Amino acid sequence: MSADVTERPTTTPPVGKEPGARSAATPSRGKEVFDAVWPKVAAVVIVLIIWQVLYSSGWKPDYRFASPADTFERLWFVATGNGPFNFWMGVQNTVMRGVQGFLLSLVIGTALGIAVSQWKPLRNAIGAMITGLQTMPSIVWFPFAILIFGLDSAAIYFVILMGAIPSIANGIISGIDDVPPAYLRAGHMLGARGWRRYRYVVIPAALPSYVAGLSQGWAFAWRGLLAGEIIVSIPEVPALGTQLNQAATNGQSSNLLALMIVILVLGMLASFVFSSLANTIRARRGLTGFTASR
Amino acid sequence: MSTVSSSQASSTGSRAGSSAGTASAGAQQRADRGVAVDIRGVSKVFGSGAEEVVALKDVDLSVAAGEFVCLLGASGCGKSTLLNLVAGLDKPTSGTVDTHGKRIAFMFQEATLFPWLTLAQNVDLALRLNNVPKAERKPRVEELLTKVRLGGRGHRRPHELSGGMRQRGALARVLAQDADIVLMDEPFAALDAMTRDAMHDEIESLWSELGLTVMFVTHNVREAARLSDRTVLMESGPGRVKQVYPVNLPRPRHLDDPHLTEQAAHMTDELKTEVARHVR
Repeated sequence: MSADVTERPTTTPPVGKEPGARSAATPSRGKEVFDAVWPKVAAVVIVLIIWQVLYSSGWKPDYRFASPADTFERLWFVATGNGPFNFWMGVQNTVMRGVQGFLLSLVIGTALGIAVSQWKPLRNAIGAMITGLQTMPSIVWFPFAILIFGLDSAAIYFVILMGAIPSIANGIISGIDDVPPAYLRAGHMLGARGWRRYRYVVIPAALPSYVAGLSQGWAFAWRGLLAGEIIVSIPEVPALGTQLNQAATNGQSSNLLALMIVILVLGMLASFVFSSLANTIRARRGLTGFTASR
Repeated sequence: MSTVSSSQASSTGSRAGSSAGTASAGAQQRADRGVAVDIRGVSKVFGSGAEEVVALKDVDLSVAAGEFVCLLGASGCGKSTLLNLVAGLDKPTSGTVDTHGKRIAFMFQEATLFPWLTLAQNVDLALRLNNVPKAERKPRVEELLTKVRLGGRGHRRPHELSGGMRQRGALARVLAQDADIVLMDEPFAALDAMTRDAMHDEIESLWSELGLTVMFVTHNVREAARLSDRTVLMESGPGRVKQVYPVNLPRPRHLDDPHLTEQAAHMTDELKTEVARHVR
């Protein structure tokens, strides 16, 4: 039939990989990795150089501003189980608090977002407030949280929730608001009504915005958490923020800087997880290639 | 190709048990020639006050079961609105649309395959929402994709397919719904002429094989002459039925058939005066 003129014949479907899937112009894997890695390495080297120059200038005494060498030596020292505090317990406690607080925010924020997007009176009542809450710096909540919960983990969790829930709820609200009507109509005609409308059309369509909300929610949770650990020091629970505070108080600059590097790396790991998730979703939907970003 | 027996359609038509009464006896149903769609005195008004737009006014139209009807008209004549009313996506301001509880599938101008699913998953979803048991779905998906000549491409995502392939995928999804009535809103408007030509062949053969009732919106006169048993010419401002043309040409048809060209030319003249009126 004439269709075979306009499109590739489909009577003998190609087996395995499509030819030409990767053109000859595509750079090799090694070059790709190199292109991705060298700017990062260069950035780290530049930071280290500035740090070293600053240190060598004798700007501040050692106990206030340690050298890169001392800091990394210290980092190695505590990471291998030495040092005045239990480093790994601290990492574990902090990360667990973050993950637990975030998961709780995820459940509450998702439920709240769905409720607000579906129920007009609720949207009128608290829709604007959710957006408003997002602008509240999480540290503002601490005095209140400490008054209510005392110097306890509960105060930290509270601040995490107040930071993350609005972002997560807003992500799902805007995701649902922006579901293309064409998909809703198509889903309706396919028989996706009631809860199946959500399961098969609305939630998947809103997913990219939801993931963006989760990512932002995590960032707020992480910030609130570290701020909380610095303010709400619970001596019997070692945690990164607490140790950070102690290092500053005791004038252990190398400890302080080592901990900051750890916190930075943990934050980068988390953001890598979220951006990988977002990129996978975008790639699957064909939202790559000719886009606004370079 | 258009003479595949109806037994194949019924043996593979894995429809949900509940409405098995009207099930898959498509070819037979066509012979019965009952009324599939009954549109009586339908008006549709959008907005109110100074913003009021009368999209449809006093439209009467009845479509026989198994009939292929094209709604032809210039932009803004309310033909898509009418289709939405039949689909139940919107409610008429006055009048009634009766589809006698038949199953309705809708094929849109954009393929609207869900981008978060592969082609096969899109078709599978239609089956799942039609309550087809899991065990039957997988072979049925492959069968439907083969029917629209996309066999072996189920793993592709919509954005990896050409425009024509996407519309054929959407067609497979429509077929998965096992509907009695298929509504098509300019489904091939965005395709190139040759691909569209091929799609016409496919639609015609599937329509006759499955005994579907089709309402097909188009602004392309030759497309209407190529496909329809009857073409309903609509006028605009407000939208209403201007004239109904029976198209009594033998099938399968070909676009270069001189009789078809003649019929199209006749309808074009009418449409031109209508468009001129609209533009002026």
